[in-house]
Amino acid sequence: MYPPAITYLLDLADGYVEQNRAVDKKKSVLRGRTQVNLFFEASTRTSTSFELAGKRLGADVINMAVARSSVSKGETLIDTAMTLNAMHPDVLVVRHQDSGAVQLLSQKVGCAVINAGDGAHEHPTQALLDALTIRRRKGRLDGQVVAICGDILHSRVARSNIHLLNTMGAQVRVIGPPTLMPRAIDELGVEVHHDMRKGLRGVDIVMMLRLQMERMQGAYVPSLREYFQLYGLDQEKLTLAKPDALIMHPGPMNRGVEIDSLVADDINRSVIREQVEMGVAVRMACLEALTRHLPNIGAAS
Amino acid sequence: MKRPANPGAEKGKLVAYLNARLLDPASGLDTMGALLTTGDQIADLGPKLFAGGVPSGIEVVDCGGHCLAPGLIDMHAFVGEPGAEHKESFASASAAAAAGGITTLICLPNTEPAIDEPAIVEYVERRARENSLVRVQPMASITKGLAGAEMSEMGLLIEAGAVAFSDGDRAVASARVMRRALSYSTLFGKLVIQHAEDPSLSKDGAMNEGDVATRLGLAGIPVAAEALVVERDVRLVAMTGARYHVALVSAGDTLDVVRGAKAKGLQVSCGTAPHYFALNENAVNDYRTFAKVSPPLRSEDDRQAVIAAIKDGTIDVIVSAHMPQDVESKRLPFGQAAFGAAGLETMLAVSLILHHDHGLSLNDILYKMTAAPAKLLGLASRGALRTGAKADLMLFDPDKPWRVNVDKLRGKSKNTPYEGLPLTGKVLMTVVDGLKVFDATH
Repeated sequence: MYPPAITYLLDLADGYVEQNRAVDKKKSVLRGRTQVNLFFEASTRTSTSFELAGKRLGADVINMAVARSSVSKGETLIDTAMTLNAMHPDVLVVRHQDSGAVQLLSQKVGCAVINAGDGAHEHPTQALLDALTIRRRKGRLDGQVVAICGDILHSRVARSNIHLLNTMGAQVRVIGPPTLMPRAIDELGVEVHHDMRKGLRGVDIVMMLRLQMERMQGAYVPSLREYFQLYGLDQEKLTLAKPDALIMHPGPMNRGVEIDSLVADDINRSVIREQVEMGVAVRMACLEALTRHLPNIGAAS
Repeated sequence: MKRPANPGAEKGKLVAYLNARLLDPASGLDTMGALLTTGDQIADLGPKLFAGGVPSGIEVVDCGGHCLAPGLIDMHAFVGEPGAEHKESFASASAAAAAGGITTLICLPNTEPAIDEPAIVEYVERRARENSLVRVQPMASITKGLAGAEMSEMGLLIEAGAVAFSDGDRAVASARVMRRALSYSTLFGKLVIQHAEDPSLSKDGAMNEGDVATRLGLAGIPVAAEALVVERDVRLVAMTGARYHVALVSAGDTLDVVRGAKAKGLQVSCGTAPHYFALNENAVNDYRTFAKVSPPLRSEDDRQAVIAAIKDGTIDVIVSAHMPQDVESKRLPFGQAAFGAAGLETMLAVSLILHHDHGLSLNDILYKMTAAPAKLLGLASRGALRTGAKADLMLFDPDKPWRVNVDKLRGKSKNTPYEGLPLTGKVLMTVVDGLKVFDATH
């Protein structure tokens, strides 16, 4: 996506934030439309957020939690897509555990497809909601120094944020142990830090990533306690960031692993709950933009 | 045996070592002169020191014209604490080390339990502090329980005092695990030390694969088992930028790989033990289990290659590879006997073969047992005769002949492959942190 498209979506979402805070949250721009949430991977907040977004815009929303199939995934995926396509949905919201699966699916269906996260590839609406949160708090995106910390290797949130923030003129740093850093990540236009204390120096935004439990016990990092000591965001490390730096986390948090509870609940600096609120607004904006068939927005975002 | 307190070091006691041949491998110094220590530090040294006599109030040690060098740093020794105290304890190992001129002992983590937890590092340090005559610093394991599967807590282990990482006498066999460990180690810059022996190739092997093994009917361990692990690891080092060290190199093929890696500018180093340049596979004849070591003693060509690599600098350090084994572990059919040779007391004397028979200078040999390991392990204040450095000293006579008498060895286990052999060069005195811990001058 290009800067004008991103700005357009963020402006649209900004309006929905106000609507979502009003008593009457319902609009009818998606009236008569059918939205199918197709989640191949378990998710609570993203699917709820999309469901709420669709319903507030007046769409008929169906949630389909598709269990992981043991048969060849490609075949199942395409079969599922063809079946759904025959029911004439207007929007498919898809989450899948394999990178590229959403793109594959989008080639097989006739409706708009929103990527709600595919493998370690992209999670575009998360990046948009993060951008909206930053823009509302800081006034602008360009020039902001953003540190993304933790498991960069497996994170689609990191990849989408790097892409969006770089596009919008922010300066992105990634911080994590070398074992959780994808190769050649610096080619993506980010500054790489392995020492969190150095990486946090003078940043405007600290974006923590979730460390999957199964990746902690010795495979990528030796242990939970060592990870927290080196890469857990606590008040001592946070003092290195700018005094008004924001703390973000895509959730769900592992308190005491990547983030200290005191920091996560810091009323003045933690915007973690605000991110969730922005999530609904951003998803409403995406749904509206896609169903309006605006020429400057691609079908598969 | 408890390490005596060192009141002298605390009070800043002055000791003058006179009439010494000062050898400092770090600077290349080789001159007659004197050295002064204050407490646990070297205060001054040089040819002109005390030329006008020694002021009163300074204790005088007459070195009798013998060589005064930095104490040796042995970066590869097994001490059986915890878990194998019947084979070696800090008390017995350090007595042997002191008699061998070793002032710093880096002990291996393949104990029982393994040194893979900060608490065990602290335990080992405390036991050593209370019982050892020489300084002991532990290595910690690369993987938890030496299982080769999950990384140890390198950060916390370093904080507790671990100086390097190694899985002891086991290779990290999985390339994936090794890659992650090397990658993770770059956070701290500590050395990752590999026991280079592919377990799937060396399985059931008892000695070098070759004509001697064939004649003896023993299962062999091919040179390739060592070389291919190093070849693989060098590629991983190129990917990760880690600092990598091969604990013991026994064969020419492996040395070619290390040489190539160094030429590419990779942070690759390696060590060897005296038996790999003093002995070859023929030492195994008559099924002598004391010559059963890991990696195994190789062919004569390999022995020559090791000597050449020491000369050209491919081999960075010489270590004792001290692996004490009790009689019950060695008095067995060759195939069943345990690997390992005791080596602390003979390390210097056997290494001096390189001086007497192969033309290396004393400083060139000592460098690989003092300044080189100090540099690899980041022990900045050790391994050199320098004003301000720690007063870790070794006084030795490089030309004194002696015969290895097993009954007189100080280590608890007597499994030396040099039993009854004549050696040239003997340690006369050892000083750790300014304190005399071994004295054979009287």
